[in-house]
Amino acid sequence: MASLDDLKKRISSVKSTQKITKAMKMVAAAKLRRAQESAERGRPYSEKMNNIILNLSSGVSDKENAPKLLSGTGDDKVHLCVVLTADRGLCGGFNSNIIKKAKSYFQKISDSGKTLKIITVGSKGYDQLKRLYQDKIIENISFKESKNANYFDADKVGKIIIEKFENNEFDVCTIFYNQFKNVITQIPQEQQIIPLKTEEKDNKSSEENYEFEPDEDEILGNLLPKNISTQIFKAMLENSASEQGSRMSAMDNATRNAGEMVDKLTIEYNRSRQAAITKELIEIISGAESL
Amino acid sequence: MSEGFNIDIVNPEKSFLSKENVSEVVVPAYEGEMGILKDHIPIISFLKPGIIKVISGSEEHNFYVEDGIVEFKDNTLSILTSSIFDIKNANKKHVSDEIQEAEKELNKDDLNDQKRFLLNHKVEILKSISIN
Repeated sequence: MASLDDLKKRISSVKSTQKITKAMKMVAAAKLRRAQESAERGRPYSEKMNNIILNLSSGVSDKENAPKLLSGTGDDKVHLCVVLTADRGLCGGFNSNIIKKAKSYFQKISDSGKTLKIITVGSKGYDQLKRLYQDKIIENISFKESKNANYFDADKVGKIIIEKFENNEFDVCTIFYNQFKNVITQIPQEQQIIPLKTEEKDNKSSEENYEFEPDEDEILGNLLPKNISTQIFKAMLENSASEQGSRMSAMDNATRNAGEMVDKLTIEYNRSRQAAITKELIEIISGAESL
Repeated sequence: MSEGFNIDIVNPEKSFLSKENVSEVVVPAYEGEMGILKDHIPIISFLKPGIIKVISGSEEHNFYVEDGIVEFKDNTLSILTSSIFDIKNANKKHVSDEIQEAEKELNKDDLNDQKRFLLNHKVEILKSISIN
């Protein structure tokens, strides 16, 4: 049995851990509110962008000459995966959920004999993937300095992707991120951004009579690269809200567990203290009796 | 029926401006300034650096944009842009920084004509803002 002193030390150490997790939970909760707000504020932009592109692409009559970003290279050999994770740990299953999702996709790709290339955004993803996929990772981007997800960073990632696409380095591009549903639920997502997957919706006929200035192709050619950045930005916003939510619930759990542990240890401490007293008493009494 | 239409200006981070009952909007479209009134036909176009003028009644608001997309449909004008600010509370320092950057860009050799034109235009507009 551990001595009284040891128990005392453990109790105080668990208590200070609890203090830290509690503080982290508070911080995460405050950040979560901000991240959630900005995720919600960012939605109209990406929705509108999507709508315009949908309207445009349904009007493209000549599929063969459509921009490559929309229709793809016609090939399906090289897959680029962009894995967006956090830069920090201690946020529950947040990072590993994305990684798990991505890994199963990687497996599928390499099983079907296609080439895989990976870009990681966020240092945690890189740390977890470099052991298995070191040779596949072609770029590792991290935005540790920027406090919040901002469009400027997303644009940087988008430009890298487009540059690689124009150099014919890959055919299909998929991004992985966590979608924020609520504080306790984040859904890992895979989303194909090149070629763009457009849900066929031909229920509206009004969308045909748009006037374009300049012509459609030029608009599409200019819009599609922007859409890539927008999608990545959306993913980053969702990710940062998810990260804080995940951290908050993880830290809440940790605080509760620490509390339970303190209770258990305190009982053990009291028991052994009592046992020691009883033992001493018995010794004194039996010593007195024998006289 | 109201006399005006709705305008939504969004940038990636938030909804910048949302206004109802606007009587006229002038946008710096790619091929020249374009005034939009109620019941305009559906249109999609680009923006070049310039000033968006939002007129509702006797009020007039001016915004500077660098690039973006405009869509007009069902009497709703949506403007998507990643760079916009209100000229009224424009930051002098920010404007002059932008001018310097654009001028630096202009001095590069590998510019095509289109880009050069856009940059020149941008400098011109920004300068006119900083004077006021």
